[in-house]
Amino acid sequence: MRNFWNFLLIGVSNGLVYSLVALGIVLIYRSTRVINFALAAMAMFSTFIAASLIDRNVPYFVAFVAAMVFGFLLGAATERFVMRPVESKSPLNAVIVAIGLLIFLEAMAGVIWGAKLRNFPSHFSLIGLKIGGARLAISNFDLFIVTVVVVLLLALLVLFRYTKLGLMMRASAFAPEVARLLGVRVGRMLTLGWGLACAAGAVAGLLAAPKVFLFPNNMDGVLIFGFTAAIIGGLDSPVGALVGGLLTGVALSFIGGYLGSDLENVGAFVILVVVLMARPEGIFSSMSARRV
Amino acid sequence: MEESMVEAKPEPKQLPAAQQPQGPRRLFGQPLVRNVIVGVVALVLFYLLIGHLSQYRIYQLSQVGPYLIALVGLSVLTGQNGQISLGHGALMAIGAWTLTLMQLHTKSPLWLMLIASALVTMVFGALLGLVAARLRGPYLAGATLALALGLPDITTRYQSVFGGYQGLEVSQPNAPSFLGAAATPTEWLAIIEMICVVVVMILFANLLRSRVGRKFRAVRDDEIATQVSGISVPRTQVLAFALSAAAAGLGGGLFALVSGNVSPGGYTVVLSISLLAAMVIGGTGTLAGAVWGALIMVYVPGWATTLSQKLSLNQSVSANLALAIYGFLLVAIIMVAPVGVQGIVRLVIFKIRNLRKEPG
Repeated sequence: MRNFWNFLLIGVSNGLVYSLVALGIVLIYRSTRVINFALAAMAMFSTFIAASLIDRNVPYFVAFVAAMVFGFLLGAATERFVMRPVESKSPLNAVIVAIGLLIFLEAMAGVIWGAKLRNFPSHFSLIGLKIGGARLAISNFDLFIVTVVVVLLLALLVLFRYTKLGLMMRASAFAPEVARLLGVRVGRMLTLGWGLACAAGAVAGLLAAPKVFLFPNNMDGVLIFGFTAAIIGGLDSPVGALVGGLLTGVALSFIGGYLGSDLENVGAFVILVVVLMARPEGIFSSMSARRV
Repeated sequence: MEESMVEAKPEPKQLPAAQQPQGPRRLFGQPLVRNVIVGVVALVLFYLLIGHLSQYRIYQLSQVGPYLIALVGLSVLTGQNGQISLGHGALMAIGAWTLTLMQLHTKSPLWLMLIASALVTMVFGALLGLVAARLRGPYLAGATLALALGLPDITTRYQSVFGGYQGLEVSQPNAPSFLGAAATPTEWLAIIEMICVVVVMILFANLLRSRVGRKFRAVRDDEIATQVSGISVPRTQVLAFALSAAAAGLGGGLFALVSGNVSPGGYTVVLSISLLAAMVIGGTGTLAGAVWGALIMVYVPGWATTLSQKLSLNQSVSANLALAIYGFLLVAIIMVAPVGVQGIVRLVIFKIRNLRKEPG
């Protein structure tokens, strides 16, 4: 029984990181109908930036924010200069460009920092908390993950619900033509959306790295888990991304815990296929049907 | 109604060839005959060529074959049928392990093992195709990427069967006696591969010219119109995925023979993604593009390593330079002109022809 609770707690903690990746995918998908497979590489690259800064004795939180800013700029630049020319063409083209970016950034990280596995500091203890003599599977760092994800989600909620900028972004995503007629700079809003999404990805990278280590491919698996979460959540709702991430995290934690950790990737594939076959529009989607 | 008739006789196009043979020229005009002749000539030229190459060059050349066959499958799936797959490396793995396990546990002849690699993978591909038929572009890309990531883990999970991280050894076939004592296993393998390449190319070239090929393209161009004309879109997509997987499986089986072993490290996501990159760079949807793509997959990493050694760059550069080039080209090609090397070659040939015509 203690195992069960521990697997559940680990699942929630990992799931929140998958939620962030899912959020990054959703923010981009709902405005540009592109799935940004390069998010894994962007998150990894931002994490490496933070690691380099920490190596140079920059405080953890400064490096954390710097990585977020870098992720934002990388995402915004990608939308403006790489994605915009292909957005209007066949969806296959956008997928291939995203994969091209993924390969390119991962190779460049290998060139700059080497392919070796390295530790990434967590700043908070990774040792399980003690409650009444029993050691739990979650640590101070997991509590930090919860805090960061909750704060980020609330900030995005405030942005989208209660600010003019958020309203313009939503208008650009769901009714670009009307928004443009009303004077919204749609292109700029899309760039901003990509920036925010990749900043969220960078945070996911920073939070995942202490557990999965840091190397050029370290986020590939996390990307697939985040993609699974986004599909479960319906690809167009941030709340769906959160719930999808939690469900994916807990499901994979149980698969890993009871069946063996080497089955997590296979488990993600099976979950993905089952969800896509049963309910391709996702469980929390407001879309009535997926485009043919 | 009409559709079941179509399914019943898939390739009736080539049969009338024998009924209207008006001179050798007319016969050569038949695609099947022409393709077979070109294939046989290519085979003979290849046999003569490897007599002049060093063993290392032959080994390098024999790495092209498996990639080429897998790329033909991927290119037909994506370029002709409009379905993307980031999981063809995983399909190659299925073919590779099929061949290896047959070699280990049975005494099957080589041709049977190669056919089995293709068939087993085809069955798996058909199942995957059933999933794929319900998914579009980015959804399918994500699902197949998940497969590419997950499948190698099966081999480490069931170590006793699949050999775990170290994998399993594969022994290379010995050349038959009629080729003489001079033929080494390396040369024999290169010849086997060339035969497989020629057979696969002829089969796919004819498939694409047949009614099935037209159905593939119809589904790619307009699903609704295709469905309205009485062609089942899902069935066509499953068929395309199954045939594409068969090619990937055969490629995987040959890859196991060339490598001399199978291990999960050889069939990672990087392989799947490299296949996609090579397909796009070579020229999506054309068989000639697959040839360019396979040559790129084998020779570009080698050149990149040599180049970075000459420039005395460090090891991390040489290990990643090829992938960085792939990634850059992938983005650049799609942004500038999504036709790849084959598109450029075609353009050049077209220009030369026009130059010749103008003065005359």
